Amino acid sequence: MKNAKIVVLAKQVPDTRNVGKDAMTPEGTVNRAALPAIFNPEDLNALEMALSLKDRIEGATVHVLTMGPLRAADIIRDAMFRGADGGYLLSGREFAGSDTLATSYALSCALRKIGPDIIVAGRQAIDGDTAQVGPQVAEKLGLPQVTYAERIVEIKEASLVIKRRLEHGTEVVECPVPAVVTVNASAEACRPRNAKRVMAFKCAMAKSEIAAAPESEAALRAASKPALQIVEWAAADVDPDPQQLGLTGSPTKVKKIENVVFQAKEAKRLTASDCDIKELMVELIASHTLG
Amino acid sequence: MANFFSDNKDLQFHLQHPMMRKIVELKERGFAEKDLYDHAPQNFEDAMDSYRRVLEIAGEVCGDVIAPNAEGVDHEGPRVVDDHVEYASGTVRNLKAIVDAGLSGLTLPRKYDGLNFPLVCFVMANEMVARADAGFENIWGLQDCAETLNEFASEEIKQKFLPWVSAGATCAMDLTEPDAGSDLGAVMLKATWSEERQTWLLNGVKRFITNGDGEVSLVLARTEEGTTDARGLSMLVYDKRDGGVKVRRIENKLGIKGSPTCELVFTNAPAQLVGDRKMGLIKYVMSLMNAARLGIGAQSVGLCEAAYREALKYAQEREQFGKPIVRFAAISEMLTNMKAKLEGARALLYETTRFVEIYKQYTHISHERSLEGEERQEMKFYNRLADGFTPLVKLFSSEYANQLAYDAIQIHGGSGFMKDYPCERLYRDARIMNIYEGTSQLQVVAAINAVTKGTFMEQIGRYAAADYCAEMQPVVERLKALTAQFAEMVERVETVDKQTSGFKDLHARRLVETAGHIIITYLLARQAGECADYGRSARVFCNLAEGKIAEAYAGVMHSEAADVALYRVEAAE
Repeated sequence: MKNAKIVVLAKQVPDTRNVGKDAMTPEGTVNRAALPAIFNPEDLNALEMALSLKDRIEGATVHVLTMGPLRAADIIRDAMFRGADGGYLLSGREFAGSDTLATSYALSCALRKIGPDIIVAGRQAIDGDTAQVGPQVAEKLGLPQVTYAERIVEIKEASLVIKRRLEHGTEVVECPVPAVVTVNASAEACRPRNAKRVMAFKCAMAKSEIAAAPESEAALRAASKPALQIVEWAAADVDPDPQQLGLTGSPTKVKKIENVVFQAKEAKRLTASDCDIKELMVELIASHTLG
Repeated sequence: MANFFSDNKDLQFHLQHPMMRKIVELKERGFAEKDLYDHAPQNFEDAMDSYRRVLEIAGEVCGDVIAPNAEGVDHEGPRVVDDHVEYASGTVRNLKAIVDAGLSGLTLPRKYDGLNFPLVCFVMANEMVARADAGFENIWGLQDCAETLNEFASEEIKQKFLPWVSAGATCAMDLTEPDAGSDLGAVMLKATWSEERQTWLLNGVKRFITNGDGEVSLVLARTEEGTTDARGLSMLVYDKRDGGVKVRRIENKLGIKGSPTCELVFTNAPAQLVGDRKMGLIKYVMSLMNAARLGIGAQSVGLCEAAYREALKYAQEREQFGKPIVRFAAISEMLTNMKAKLEGARALLYETTRFVEIYKQYTHISHERSLEGEERQEMKFYNRLADGFTPLVKLFSSEYANQLAYDAIQIHGGSGFMKDYPCERLYRDARIMNIYEGTSQLQVVAAINAVTKGTFMEQIGRYAAADYCAEMQPVVERLKALTAQFAEMVERVETVDKQTSGFKDLHARRLVETAGHIIITYLLARQAGECADYGRSARVFCNLAEGKIAEAYAGVMHSEAADVALYRVEAAE
């Protein structure tokens, strides 16, 4: 394989791993202000897989594609600091309120325009936890997909040999490219940001960011150097069917949100005796947990 | 998810020092490279922003990679396989992370692929690495050897070695031999010029060489046949790829176990001469040694930070008699003193680093063009301060590293004696710090001139003349009284020493430490003016200083000439 065009699908998410008391609003939605926005962890594994492909494939490039508000450009910069060549930010009011179907549709429109050889994505995002977007993108583009990927075993002329991490073991598969690969957290952790790249790309910006403060030193620098410009696309730039975007294109309706608070104050210790097991069964059936 | 830079306000405070503006201007030569490299800064603010961002990367690598590996590395240690060192697996992972993050060649010029960062940033990264794993700090920190090449080697040697160091090659400085430790003038390893191979060839044995199997080694060797002292020694650089050096064994040590301490056998190992012949020890090792001492200062402060944090965490978690032990006065006082020593040592570390930095930058500039009169004056001024302060920071911080590691175990009680907590490793790792790169006793020998020639007293005078916030006035008043006592002590020692030689040697440590205690208190008081949080440490350190100086004062003022004989132990026949 040569000159492979690799695109990483990434998402900026609220950091749900260290939630404090104010992580949820009283209405039961995520209080985004209280949680720092981070690079979705498994997307970082995906980025590492893409960068390691770039290390091994002559002339390969890695770009990040993300959909989100303007501040999502942060993760594109972060990816550039770690070795990505650049990125695409899909941003605009038309995309707001997208569920996984609308998201994968928007991403697939952008990907058609980019035309990558390999698409790598994290298995799932820590905010929605659906693991649907990667596979849906593959379906929409009519590409083969390898999910739960852990390691690229071999790169052949027109295919990849990939080790998958499954529930009860591992599996090695070969897949022709173009293809979509979704990556598990068990894959190699992402390489750190690189000092020189941070200094070289810290002023990289999307056009709306430049427009927000056009006279700032960073914006002037970004405007003068194409390598520092993050591609920013609105809906119209990717030729979509408007009906399939954003809220309109999202069949998922949230009916009700329940805030689950664990009530039990003390732990109960059960032995492996028949008597204890029977008692537990009775209790679980009575509480409708079972049956 | 730990970041040893973001979580350390004290470290961030020192990056903001007003002298940074001058340092950055000097280091960047007025930002001459801003259009030549895409990673070169445009101006002072841009440079500072880059330093912060890169130190955050270093902090992340330290917190997320190096620190979690420390226990495994301590346990596994390096091995000798086929005459070469094989690092512990954690060390290999650490080195990969460092190379990926581009944290090699931190201070080297951009034309050799370095980051051209000020020494202050290198010392900060050094400190964070040591906090994560003091043993690994040796391997990473030895990249400082490249600075000696940068200062003294030919362009050809620089072209060959410096970009390699920037790409992650590790270094070693091969000085010590079985019969030449503190007394390096006795080095015997032979360098002979081979007409046939047109290179120097090294033959002999080196011992106690940290990271002795590193890719780039600076070797102190005897080029002048028939000589026996320092004047016959030169500095050479050896490239591991050329072969000729075998690792005979790795020492089994008390601490810093991840850092391979090697015995090396040189057999016709080819090497290139660095700088001028016969200047090896007199000039180049002295420069190398000063940099290394500052490095150990940073390593020690990093260990102090780790020890203080371990102790504080345990004291807050551990409950006895129905409350966390931090709420007992005896524990609280220990922790308060630990913090004051930590912040005091760090204040001295960065003050010294700034002095060294300015003097070094003028030295580099003087190789490019002749200095203006005023610049020459400044270079001399900072050179003198750097020479006095470097052994002082090595002395204080390495002793504090030991004291804090000791206290950290004490606060852990019986648990601290077990292998279950990191504090036992810190205790073992700290023990070498007041020994290598010159023992504390030798730091006193190196610093005593700054007492008798007035360097410390003049600098104390400058600190005293500065403005302090109202809250610090009582501290400043006490410092003036302590300074008067210091002057009395110096006068008495010099007077008695004129009649009885050996009196100054007997009291040298008391004098040097007294100067250090006064200087550190002034530095903390000055910091309190900028950030009120330091007021507490300044007052606490002043109390410590008063106690220590009272003891030293009594030791000197009550001492008679006869004490020279009283404390003399005769050598066995």
